[in-house]
Amino acid sequence: MTAPVLELRNVVKTYSVKQGLMGRPKPLTAVKDVSLSLGRSEVLGLVGESGCGKSTLAKILLGLEAPTSGEVLVDGEALGAQDRLKLARRIQPIFQDPYSSLNPRKSIADIISLPLRVHGIGDAASQKQAVREILDVVGLPSRVMNTYPSQMSGGQRQRVAIARALIMKPEIVICDEPTSALDVSVQSQILNLLGELRREFGLTYLFISHNLAVVEHLATRVAVMYLGRIVEEAETGELFDNPRHPYSRALLKSVLTPEPGLGVPDTQLGMAYPNPINPPSGCAFHPRCPLATELCKTRAPRPVAQDGGLVECHLYDPETEMFEQA
Amino acid sequence: MSDAMTDPLLAEIVGPTPGQMLRRRIFGHQGLLIGGTVVALLVLVAIFAPLLAPHDPYAQSLVARMKPPVFLGGTWEHPLGTDHLGRDYLSRLIYGARVSLLIGLVTAVISGLIGSVMGVCAGYFGGRVDAVVTFLINVRLAMPVVLVALAVVAILGGSLTVMISVLGLLLWDRFAVVLRASTRQVREREYVAAAQAIGASTPRILLAEIMPNIVNNLIVVVTLEMAHAILLEAALSFLGLGVQPPTPSWGLMVSEGKNMMLFEPWLVMIPGAVLFVLVLGINLMGDGLRDVAAPENRS
Repeated sequence: MTAPVLELRNVVKTYSVKQGLMGRPKPLTAVKDVSLSLGRSEVLGLVGESGCGKSTLAKILLGLEAPTSGEVLVDGEALGAQDRLKLARRIQPIFQDPYSSLNPRKSIADIISLPLRVHGIGDAASQKQAVREILDVVGLPSRVMNTYPSQMSGGQRQRVAIARALIMKPEIVICDEPTSALDVSVQSQILNLLGELRREFGLTYLFISHNLAVVEHLATRVAVMYLGRIVEEAETGELFDNPRHPYSRALLKSVLTPEPGLGVPDTQLGMAYPNPINPPSGCAFHPRCPLATELCKTRAPRPVAQDGGLVECHLYDPETEMFEQA
Repeated sequence: MSDAMTDPLLAEIVGPTPGQMLRRRIFGHQGLLIGGTVVALLVLVAIFAPLLAPHDPYAQSLVARMKPPVFLGGTWEHPLGTDHLGRDYLSRLIYGARVSLLIGLVTAVISGLIGSVMGVCAGYFGGRVDAVVTFLINVRLAMPVVLVALAVVAILGGSLTVMISVLGLLLWDRFAVVLRASTRQVREREYVAAAQAIGASTPRILLAEIMPNIVNNLIVVVTLEMAHAILLEAALSFLGLGVQPPTPSWGLMVSEGKNMMLFEPWLVMIPGAVLFVLVLGINLMGDGLRDVAAPENRS
């Protein structure tokens, strides 16, 4: 891997949540001490259940939320120290819901040219030309410039959102579940478009999703997130062929098959997702883990290097006695 | 990307331009047309009052007191008759439009500015700002408008300026409540996050991204509050604590006519009817503007 363009170092994000009218605010740790790095033109897939902190991580990377502690480095520079506008030129988002990410009162040309206008790039004529070019890149005819989002389909809207993200030629694009709001047939078009754009412009993606098939298709590396922690990180092929963490295994098992008779797969996860305000002791996954032991209830595991990836589980830690049993 | 160009989903997006669609919606909306016409006519009457009024609204004449209007057997000298001091009723009605519209408009602008700034800030920033604004709204809602206005007028004396300032400083609550709620709703939309990620400044996000999406609510409240202010002025003038005589105000005309109501009911009915038509026109116009400007209609 080349020098990372984007790096997270021990990032923690804590919210305080008030329960009830008179309740004292309690801390909710959405992201717990996460370190990640993205190499140039890499696609890092970030997967995990709803509420595990994926979107919080995306907001931190976009500078929309400040981390409680830890730092985000872009090309080795700390994110906080960078000018807000400078950061926006390098990192742009593509959001989940194209029905909510485009302002319904603005024409398509206005929406796509907003970054240029905010940053004062070019005059009106050259901005118009840039919009026309980027529309061509994302596969929309230039006549949509004067239409409004409500006149477009979901797929077309998502193309507009991609055009807006790319018009300033950013290096890193944070895709926060960019296809989950779309029809299956349109999903593949958008995914192929994202793949082509990456090759064409050398983009780096952080691809957040809970759709494993999509991640397998697009990502070069995958990080699995559980309750604010990265529990496993590996090359895509490695993770899908040989998942190590019990949670990764359960996630892969949970993928629905097209076979109608098979029903919902049994992930052996048992209970529901724990309340992040009262996270379980020790390893946060232990109440649902089929392989949990007494040790898991008391001691939090540490990340262990495994075949070019990382896994955070006592099963793979040579210093715990479970290692021998595994 | 050749495959996208042949994509059937992208096939034909040709339609009227936004301007054409807007014009089509405006001229297809009867309520808006009727309300707009009524309001526009009354505004024109107010502006050109000196040209339209047949007599001086202040000129009294003891020999021509209580002349009935034409339709009750009067003469064309005084088409709507004269009041108990012999002043021409039509002229007073025409000049009275100035008072009503001025009060409605200026009050709506003052209270609209106060309420919108408070509501939008509370909705967008949340937290402490929201807590303070919510507290102020509650304080304001706990004060009965008419009683406060009566007290202030009793202390400072009634005049147009006092009337407008008092109503402007009292009627912002609905603006704040409505805009706070709609801003909260809009700020959760992802295009706000997208604008933040682009690096747009907070004023730009508030004015260019959020405002266009809540302005239809603002328009409705503006018209409601305009009508509200006009009616309050009439009510306070009727009670004798609003605009002071001899200013021609519709509320005052009703008040002055009420003593003769049993014998000359038109003295009360004519200004009452005009007041009713103006308020109805403003409300119809507000409803229509909301329908025309609503984003969900943009298809």
